[in-house]
Amino acid sequence: MAFGPYLLLALMEGLVKAAVLALTAVGLSLVFGVMRVVNVAHGAFFMLGAVLAYTVAQYIPGPAALGWLAALVIAPMIVAAIAAAADTLVLKRLNYDPEATIVATIGLLYILEQAALSFFGPDARPVEAPFTLRLQLPWFGFSGYKLFVILAAIAILLAVWWFMTRTRAGLVMRATQVDRQTARAFGIDVDRVYAGVFALGAALAAIAAVLLVPISQSHYLMGGDPLLLSFIVVIIGGLGSLRGTVVAALIIGISDGVISMFYSPTLAKIIATAAVAMVLVFRPQGLFGARA
Amino acid sequence: MLKVEGVSGGYGGALVLRDLSFQALPGEVTCIMGRNGVGKTTLLRAIMGQVRVTKGAIALDRRDLSSLPAHQVPLQGVGYVPQGRRLFGPLTVAENLEIGLMTRAKGQATLDRVLQLFPRLQERMDQTASTLSGGEQQMLAIARALCLEPKVLLLDEPTEGLQPSMIAAIREVVVGLKASGVAIVLVEQRVEAVLGMADRVAFMDHGHVAETVPRDGLTAVSSQFKHYVGV
Ligand SMILES: Nc1ncnc2c1ncn2[C@@H]1O[C@H](COP(=O)(O)OP(=O)(O)OP(=O)(O)O)[C@@H](O)[C@H]1O
Ligand SMILES: [Mg+2]
Repeated sequence: MAFGPYLLLALMEGLVKAAVLALTAVGLSLVFGVMRVVNVAHGAFFMLGAVLAYTVAQYIPGPAALGWLAALVIAPMIVAAIAAAADTLVLKRLNYDPEATIVATIGLLYILEQAALSFFGPDARPVEAPFTLRLQLPWFGFSGYKLFVILAAIAILLAVWWFMTRTRAGLVMRATQVDRQTARAFGIDVDRVYAGVFALGAALAAIAAVLLVPISQSHYLMGGDPLLLSFIVVIIGGLGSLRGTVVAALIIGISDGVISMFYSPTLAKIIATAAVAMVLVFRPQGLFGARA
Repeated sequence: MLKVEGVSGGYGGALVLRDLSFQALPGEVTCIMGRNGVGKTTLLRAIMGQVRVTKGAIALDRRDLSSLPAHQVPLQGVGYVPQGRRLFGPLTVAENLEIGLMTRAKGQATLDRVLQLFPRLQERMDQTASTLSGGEQQMLAIARALCLEPKVLLLDEPTEGLQPSMIAAIREVVVGLKASGVAIVLVEQRVEAVLGMADRVAFMDHGHVAETVPRDGLTAVSSQFKHYVGV
């Protein structure tokens, strides 16, 4: 293949990564923004979404699309419920203390991983794609499903943006993010908002995972990469800034795709981590974050 | 009527309020005066359920407030204008007011009435709250609290740092609210402003109300001002 088409392919693969990453990272960013909780278990929620997608798809007979669609609805709901429970049972009791919640979510990460290992086993399992359309470009063929992942991620991100800026629930979340004490003085049940935000953040990770599994595999240890990359993206984008998160996901996802294809995935991670270090040194508030 | 009876409370182990009692009647302005750090803000926060109350009772029209979680206190009709305003800074004026309206499920009619009191806010509905001038921010803080149509309005030093014309505007609003039967609790440090608005003045000392004096019993040179406020 000539360089041009090869680059185009790399860019498209990168866009798929960016799409999944943006969804995952927006979940992490939302939780940090509103609750000031650094959720180390975010990758575990991602993994849980994937593993549950496999399970749900197994139980649904008929065409693959049906099983996958059911997984897209059910897996995020289960993950959201687990997250809401973790918030109420653990984080709330810690009073959302920033340091204590880091330790607690590390614990949650191990609990979820070990639970996945016990229930689903150590094997990587595939989930069938809902459809197998192949787009034939002049130079190479591209999976129609991958294109669908990009479009679905854009649609979901727009929905999140609409929810945060145009609905009352979103307004309540933003007010709580600014000042939870004053939010309470205006009737906002901050505990409920936090449970909702934590659930929403986890659900976004789970949705990203369900989108990803047909082109990857589900495995109980698969949460590491999304967690690391999400942190990278959230730091580069500016903690708590959703717009910055999406832009950073594009940068990291696309460069990861391109570098992985031309050189190696390891080099891509090294460069991304170096980029974070540079941002932390030269622009600690991130590309779009407010100066502290 | 807002009734605070024998309340003790504070932060962690430290008691700030000690056996404090006072009342605020509908259609009256009750001013709270006292030195910096005496616990005026703490008292208002205790009413809002934001400060731990270890003893005593806080009731609005016989409904106990002190046992409610903080977010349910405003639902009973308590509007709060905190010291330093504490607006939702990155949100717009309209969104700040929307939060106030949502508290007790009030709608457009309430908003129209509130905006009539603060025409300057009307022109700035889409502006970010943190970019308003100090006076406009204070107006927004009051407007936000009025959006829940409070029976009791707690104002914590609303005139702090404002120029005379703004103070006059706020005073006009307070007088109007009073006429409509709202019970107003006003923490205020300026003697002149107190004499202009108060029906009664509660002087705080050592964490409780040491003395309550009706407006008629006070002049600019009354000894209480010197004794409790040091002015
Ligand atoms: N969050 C807090 N934690 C611990 N102590 C506090 C807290 N807030 C206030 N205090 C203490 O409680 C006491 C009363 O403070 P408060 O703010 O109620 O005083 P104030 O009368 O409103 O003063 P000012 O006139 O300066 O506004 C002070 O000694 C203060 O240091
Ligand atoms: Mg004060």
